[in-house]
Amino acid sequence: MRLDRLPISVLRTRYVPGGWDLLAFVLVFAFFVYAAQAARGLAGSLAHLEAVPISLAPSALVGYSARTALRMLIAMSASLVFTFTYATLAAKSRRAEVLLVPLLDFLQSVPILSFSITLLFFLQLTPGRVAGAEMAAIFLIFTSQAWNMAFSFYHSLRSIPDELIEAARNFRLSPWMRFWRLEVPFAMPALIWNMMLSMSGGWFFLTVSEAINVGHTTVTLPGVGSYIALAIEQKDLAAIGWAIGAMFVVILVFDQLLFRPLTASADWFRLDQEVGLTPSHSWALTMMRRSHFLGLLARAFAALLRAGMRPGATAPAALERRASVWDAGWVDYAWYALLALIGLVALSKTAGFVLGEVRPAEIGQVVILGLITLLRVAVLIALASLIWVPIGVWIGLRPRVASIAQPIAQFLAAFPANLLFPIVISAIVLHKLDPDIWLSPLIILGTQWYILFNVIVGASALAPDLRYAAENLGVRGWLWWRRVALPSVFPFFVTGAITASGGSWNASIVAEVVSWGQQKLTAHGLGAYIAEATIQGDFQRSVLGTVVLSLFVVTLNRARRAEVPHRLKEPRPRRRP
Amino acid sequence: MNATAAALNLAPLLDVRGVSKSFRKADGDALVVLEDVNLTLRPGEIVGFLGRSGCGKSTLLRLIAGLDDPSRGVINYLGRPVGGAAAGMAMVFQSFALFPWLTVLENVQLGLEALGMPEPEMRRRALQAIDLIGLDGFESAYPRELSGGMRQRVGFARALVVHPNILLMDEPFSALDVLTAETLRNDFLNLWGEGQLPIKAVILVTHNIEEAVEMCDRLLIFSTHPARVMGEIAVDLPQPRHPDDPRFRALVDRVYVEMTAKPRGERVGPKSERFPGTGIGTTLTHVSSNVLAGLMEAVAGPPYNGKADLPAIAQELRMEIDDLFPAAEALQLLRFAEVEGGDIRLTEAGLQFTREDTDDRKKLFARHLITYVPLAAHVRRVLDERASHTAPKSRFFDELEDYMAEEGAEQTLRTIISWGRYGEVFAYDDHRQCFTLENPT
Repeated sequence: MRLDRLPISVLRTRYVPGGWDLLAFVLVFAFFVYAAQAARGLAGSLAHLEAVPISLAPSALVGYSARTALRMLIAMSASLVFTFTYATLAAKSRRAEVLLVPLLDFLQSVPILSFSITLLFFLQLTPGRVAGAEMAAIFLIFTSQAWNMAFSFYHSLRSIPDELIEAARNFRLSPWMRFWRLEVPFAMPALIWNMMLSMSGGWFFLTVSEAINVGHTTVTLPGVGSYIALAIEQKDLAAIGWAIGAMFVVILVFDQLLFRPLTASADWFRLDQEVGLTPSHSWALTMMRRSHFLGLLARAFAALLRAGMRPGATAPAALERRASVWDAGWVDYAWYALLALIGLVALSKTAGFVLGEVRPAEIGQVVILGLITLLRVAVLIALASLIWVPIGVWIGLRPRVASIAQPIAQFLAAFPANLLFPIVISAIVLHKLDPDIWLSPLIILGTQWYILFNVIVGASALAPDLRYAAENLGVRGWLWWRRVALPSVFPFFVTGAITASGGSWNASIVAEVVSWGQQKLTAHGLGAYIAEATIQGDFQRSVLGTVVLSLFVVTLNRARRAEVPHRLKEPRPRRRP
Repeated sequence: MNATAAALNLAPLLDVRGVSKSFRKADGDALVVLEDVNLTLRPGEIVGFLGRSGCGKSTLLRLIAGLDDPSRGVINYLGRPVGGAAAGMAMVFQSFALFPWLTVLENVQLGLEALGMPEPEMRRRALQAIDLIGLDGFESAYPRELSGGMRQRVGFARALVVHPNILLMDEPFSALDVLTAETLRNDFLNLWGEGQLPIKAVILVTHNIEEAVEMCDRLLIFSTHPARVMGEIAVDLPQPRHPDDPRFRALVDRVYVEMTAKPRGERVGPKSERFPGTGIGTTLTHVSSNVLAGLMEAVAGPPYNGKADLPAIAQELRMEIDDLFPAAEALQLLRFAEVEGGDIRLTEAGLQFTREDTDDRKKLFARHLITYVPLAAHVRRVLDERASHTAPKSRFFDELEDYMAEEGAEQTLRTIISWGRYGEVFAYDDHRQCFTLENPT
């Protein structure tokens, strides 16, 4: 047994500060200082914010990065709270589930830009103060992070092995204790992985969430996203370079201090040895485990948690009562009727709102725009697959390359499309290219990596025996790809492609309208339609576009999910006809 | 020990009266998995539930633990009906069900934590249980660092630490290798015999006959489809019991006789069948043709020469009843053997099978399959009648679902596909989920 894995509760050593302690101490207090500084801006007035424009000086980026990072952390915390409540409710209540799960599916498909119409609401919460605008920004970042986390948690809760649930019930764990001792730990590996994806999503849409532009209301909060937006507006290539650098540093810090320790500890929560790409080393985790100072903190936290776990002696028995009025069949019908009623009211309100402004014929046009975006997404996913599947297989079969490639791909997934605008626009203008075609690659800029991630995982999961057998039988070249590699990564590839295409639809709002200074290029598509409507404050068209886009995404997801083949334990032999 | 308990006629710990359990099938019909079970558990007893896997004995254990409610009947614990997971009954699981993210100590403390016990007391009791069960030194280990036997010791410690009145054991030794299981059983019996365990009675669910005879004071023998108690055997051998002891062997024999006696009558015409005569409603348990051939060869060979004692052949082939009984029943269904009174006897056809070469074996098997397994004949007939000579699996699946649950139908089809393929009676294309008559050539 390794010493650093001794659980805190068993270590009864006296408090002796060591080298790891010093580091932990410095880091913890540096965090508090930084949080206090970054939060100071909150209380200021909006007028003051407008009076101090964003500066493109590289030195300003330090403060901006700190503010952006803090916003992301707050949004991530909010996403976790949302995940723990929403997904738990959906998983535990059959009645809530019928509403919450499809709702989540739709929320996931709504592009973040469409949420920006909530800006006015947040501004009214704290008139004249920055706090409202900050809340709006954090909410927008939240909308790019929360949904997939909630989904992952929901699926985890639904797949807890029966015997663990039975053990928890047999030993009469209270619901609170069961949550922290069984459900959260079980869901942890998948949740951490999704938190990492969410963080990338947050970065990708950072300009949209920090420089919010709705109709006549514009709010520009100090941060890396606003910095990038301004750099694009002023055509400042050097500033773009600096922004990339700052982003890289912040992502690196997050990776080292947050995600690496998390993924390394996530291994601990796995039920059995699954194949994953999680780095099993993290100096930060070692520091946390070896530092007595942090150990003390953790023990205090554990004691707090346990105090919360203390049940009333009769609580579990009372909760176990099953036969109650609420279980009656008619309650179900009443509930479904209520949901149907609410749905009808919402539908008529929305339809009334949209049709008050939009002619019915335009709906047809919007659907056609949707089909154009669909074509764009489909073609590019296909192209990306042609490129990344072979590369992913190659990487996946080489563990060492895989461990290097993964963080790189993760950084690239976080890379906002806006940063490539200057290159794309100058290329298109210089060569007089068609924006409808040449803006398209931006749509999979951030999402193609999901294909790569999943294929790498699939290839590294390939049983060594199968590889040896193929080698032994002299299976090589195209036959090897057709009979060995592709069938084994296929289920993983499908998952990756579905994730990628879902994300690409959302990315269309920043990929179909591209600007560099005064130059602006627009491709035909649903993303461009929504982006323009939202920026002009045309709420009716923004809602219409969003609804159509959601319908496209949800329908496609449903259709494809049904087709996903079962994961095979071993490739089955094909029968000759 | 059980003798004194009976003599004192102590108040029962547990009283199960007329308990049935049924589940609702997809089409709304009820599927009975447990029928009219009665049981009284008194202090000092180890009672075994013996039956094949999937026979509902684990379901009964869960009903007793309050993890599920019976459809009919009552379960009284200490004179009061069980409603919800009851204090005083702790369970040991076949798969251990340890929380992988908790250490041994934390796993053991779990049930105490749920009781809201103060930390020092909790630690004292947990360490005591860890000590008792032979885990000291492993307190800070995580389950994945332990061997199967050590993990199950954690399972035992976790259950014992809450000082339950009744210890519920759900096949606790069947995921362990033979040697480890034996060691763990002996350790448990020693502690139980010395009165060191903080428990009053034990229920052991098992499909291992020898284990049941070794450990229990009383055995309830369960039938399958649906589970009913078809016999009760008192085991009054003194502990420690030795498998070589003739009295031990006699008891094992008795269990085999008991287990092969009754189901025979029921097999001929399953009760669930709605249209007698079509006969496709029999749930088939999948047994590979290799196992069938192997069993026939073993029975045909010396020293059995066509007729074998089931316990003896089970021991020789190292088959547990979960493997042996389905195989023996499949042979009986195919009229290759007859099973009665704890014996298996090959029929003329069965003996002939063992003498043939591969091709003739297949032909003989095919003949018997078509003649004696109505479902196989039915599939073949449908395929012959259709011009395309293909039929989707779902067609038969729907038919079977009238008689059995989804898993039963799935398993029955899997069996018929496998046997049909072996006898080359028909082929099956898994990709298209279709039965066909074409075999790849």
